Amino acid sequence: MTVDDPNHTTGAGGAGSRPIGRCMAQVAMVMNLDKCIGCHTCSVTCKQAWTNRPGTEYVWFNNVETRPGQGYPRTYQDQERWRGGWERVNRRGRGRLRLKGGGRLRKLFTIFSNPKMPSIQDYYEPWTYDYETLINAPLSDQMPVAQPRSLISGDPMKIEWSANWDDNLAGGPDLVADDPVLKKISDDVKLEFEQTFMFYLPRICEHCINPSCVASCPSGAMYKRSEDGIVLVDQDRCRGWRMCVSGCPYKKVYFNHRTGKAEKCTLCYPRIEVGLPTVCSETCVGRLRYLGLILYDADRVLEAASVEDPKDLYEAQLDIMLDPHDPAVIEAARRDGIADDWITAAQRSPVYKLAKDYRVALPLHPEYRTMPMVWYIPPLSPVVDRIRDTGHDAEDAGNLFGAIEALRIPISYLAELFTAGDPAPVDAVLRKLAAMRSYMRDVNLGKDTRPEIPANVGMTEESLHAMYRLLAIAKYEDRYVIPAAHQETGRQLEELSCSLDYDGGPGMYVTGSGPFGEASGQPSPVSVETFHALRVRQTTDTPAGPDNKDQRLNLLNWDGQGRPEGLFPDNEERRDG
Amino acid sequence: MNTLLWTALPYVTLALLVGGTAWRYRYDKFGWTTRSSQLYESRLLRIGSPLFHFGLLVVIIGHIIGLVIPESWTDAIGVSHDAYHIQALVLGAIAGFSTLTGIAILIYRRRTTGPVFMATTRNDKAMYVVLVAAIVTGLATTLIGAGVVGEEHNYRETVSVWFRSLFTLNPDVDAMAAAPASFQIHTLAGLLLIVSIPFTRLVHAFSAPVGYLFRPYIVYRSRDAGRPRSRSGSSRH
Repeated sequence: MTVDDPNHTTGAGGAGSRPIGRCMAQVAMVMNLDKCIGCHTCSVTCKQAWTNRPGTEYVWFNNVETRPGQGYPRTYQDQERWRGGWERVNRRGRGRLRLKGGGRLRKLFTIFSNPKMPSIQDYYEPWTYDYETLINAPLSDQMPVAQPRSLISGDPMKIEWSANWDDNLAGGPDLVADDPVLKKISDDVKLEFEQTFMFYLPRICEHCINPSCVASCPSGAMYKRSEDGIVLVDQDRCRGWRMCVSGCPYKKVYFNHRTGKAEKCTLCYPRIEVGLPTVCSETCVGRLRYLGLILYDADRVLEAASVEDPKDLYEAQLDIMLDPHDPAVIEAARRDGIADDWITAAQRSPVYKLAKDYRVALPLHPEYRTMPMVWYIPPLSPVVDRIRDTGHDAEDAGNLFGAIEALRIPISYLAELFTAGDPAPVDAVLRKLAAMRSYMRDVNLGKDTRPEIPANVGMTEESLHAMYRLLAIAKYEDRYVIPAAHQETGRQLEELSCSLDYDGGPGMYVTGSGPFGEASGQPSPVSVETFHALRVRQTTDTPAGPDNKDQRLNLLNWDGQGRPEGLFPDNEERRDG
Repeated sequence: MNTLLWTALPYVTLALLVGGTAWRYRYDKFGWTTRSSQLYESRLLRIGSPLFHFGLLVVIIGHIIGLVIPESWTDAIGVSHDAYHIQALVLGAIAGFSTLTGIAILIYRRRTTGPVFMATTRNDKAMYVVLVAAIVTGLATTLIGAGVVGEEHNYRETVSVWFRSLFTLNPDVDAMAAAPASFQIHTLAGLLLIVSIPFTRLVHAFSAPVGYLFRPYIVYRSRDAGRPRSRSGSSRH
C-alpha cells in the first residue's frame, strides 16, 4: 500500500514549529452516545468472551451505565474518595504530575493493605440461583423457589445491588443523588427528577496514553504495547499487589479473586491484531462504536497531561494527536518504525476524524490526566426530546440552538463528564450535531439546503455531509479501520504469551485447584478458542467450589453441536434416581 | 544426631530453598502471587496485615543483626553485653508481639470470613502451622535469651557462631549443640519455614517490589517481546 501523500499542507509542519518527537500509534475508540439504546449487548458479549470464569463473576470489562447514576463500581468518579489517576502539584514553581493515590514510597508502605481498594460490595456481590431446589423439592402445596446464592461465599444472600442496579434511573432520586458528577453541579441546579434527562454511557478500559494503572503497578507487570497502545497485564509478572485497581480512576482494572491477579479489558487484542473490531464493537446493535488509529507525539505526553488548568486538558490532548496527512508526520512515523499500511490506516481513521477534524468526540474525564483514548460524542437526544415534548419542531436549527443554550442541566453535566466542567466544547459539539440534523432534514425533504447552517457552526457543507455519512450511514469498513498486526509476524499470533491466556483465563481450560492454591501450576498455552476451552467453559459457570461441577452446564455457551458433558445426568446417577 | 541436625539439615534446607524457588519460577509463574483476599474483607486486614508484615520485617532485620554480626564487633564499638541484650529484648519483643498479634488477627479473619476461608487451601493451613510455630518459638527464645523467663542465654556465643560457620562450609556443630533446647527447636522451626517458602504462598516475599522505586512510571513493551519463540527474527520495517 502506498501512503496517500496529500496535496494540501496543513499549516506547514502541522504540530507547529517544534520537531515531532517519538511518533507512536494508538488504537482508539469513539462511541456515539446518541445512538446508544442501553441494550447491554456489548456488556453481555464481552462477558461471554472474556470474564465468563470463576474469579471474575463480578467483572465487566465493558459495562453500560445510566447517567445520571452512581456507575460501576459505585461512585467510582469521586476521586476525593478513591484517589485514582494523576494530580498536578507545584514543585519548586513547576507543575508536576503525581499519582493521586500517592507516590512510589507511599505505595510500598500501603502494600500490605491497600486503603483505596474497592471491596466486592462496591462492585456487587455476584450471585446465582439455587436451581436444584426446583427439581429436587419434595411435593408440597407451595411452589419451590430458587433462592439466590452468593457466588463469593456460596451462602444464601439478599440481592441488593448489581453492576447495573440503577439502570434507566431505577431507584429514583435517592440513588441518583449520589452520582458524583451530579454532586459537582447540584449547587446551582435543583434536581427535579421528573424533568431530568438520561442517557447511557458504555465504558471499557480507556487504554490511556498516560495510564495511571501502569504507573501504579509495583511489579512492572502492566504495560502499554508500543505498537498499538493497548494496555495489558502480564499475568506471569503480576503479583497481586492491587495498586492498579486503585490507581485507575475509571476502575477498569479488576482483581481476579481466584487467581489473585489483575485483569482488564484487552481491547480484544487477538481480534485487533488480525484487523477485526473488538467484540463489544462487533456486536453493538446501534453501531455506535468506531475504531481507528491515531498517531501521537509520545515526547509531549507528559507536558500535555501537566497543563495547569484542567479545562485545557481536552485541547492539550488533541494537540499531541498528529495529523497523519502532514508530510512531516508521515516522515516521523516512518522514522519511528510505523509501517506504511498503518499510516494509511491512520489517515482513514474515523477516530481522528471525529475527534480532531470535526471535533465532535470528547474524552471521558480528561481531568484525571491519564489521556484516555476512548472518546465520546455527547448525546443531543435529551435536548431533542425536550423540544419535542414541548410541541415544537425538534429538527429546526433555531429551536435546537435555543434549547442548547437554555438547557443548562444537560450541558453542565456533560461538561463535567467530558471536558472537566468547561461547557464551551460540549456546547460546540451539540451545535454541530444540531446543525447536521436540520441541514440533513432539508436534504431529505428535497428542499434547498441552507449553507448558513454549517457556516454557523464553523463547518462547510462538504464537511457536514462527510460527518453525516460517518455518523449515520458508515459501513463496517469505515467504522472499523484497523490495520492488521504485521503480517510478517502473523504466524506468531497463535500461542501468544500475553494477557489472559492462562489457566483460569478465557483461553485456558480450568484445571481447578493446583498445588499452591487456585489456578497455580503449569499453564498450558493454547489459542483463544480451543476444543478444551469451550468444553470446560461450558461446565464452569457454577458457584464457588461446587461439588458437582461436572454435572453443570452453561447453556449460553452451547452452540447446539454435540452433547456436552453435563447436559444430561450421567448413567450412574440416572440409575440411582 | 547433632551432626545430622546441624550439619546436613541446614544445607538441605538451603538447597531446597534455592532449587525450589528456581523450580517454582519455572513451573508456576502464574501461581506466584500474594493471593490477596482484600476484595472479600478489608476491615480486619487493614489492621492485621500491616501489623504482621511490618513486625516481620523488623524481626528479619533483628535476626540478621543477631546472627550475622559477631559479638566481638559490637564489643569493639563499645556496646556492652547488657545494652545489646536490652535492645534486642525490647525491639525483639515489640516486633515479635506485633507479628504474633498480626497473624492472630489474620488467622481469625481467615477462619471467620466465609469467602476467605473458602479460598484457603490445605497448603495454606499447613503453612500457617509452621509460620505460627516459628513465631511462637522465636518469641519464646527472645524472652528466654534475655533471662525474662528461665535462664539467660547468650545465643551470640552459640547459635550465631554456628550460623556463620555454615557459610564457611565448616559447621560448628558443638556451638549449636551447646544451645538450650528452646533455641534448637526454634532453629528447626525456622528451617522448616525456610523450606516451605518456595512451596507455599510465602513465595510472594521474594517478589518484594523494590524495583518500583527506580523504574520509569510508564512501562512500554513491544508485542514481540512477549514471544520468546520468534524464530524468523522478523523486523518491523
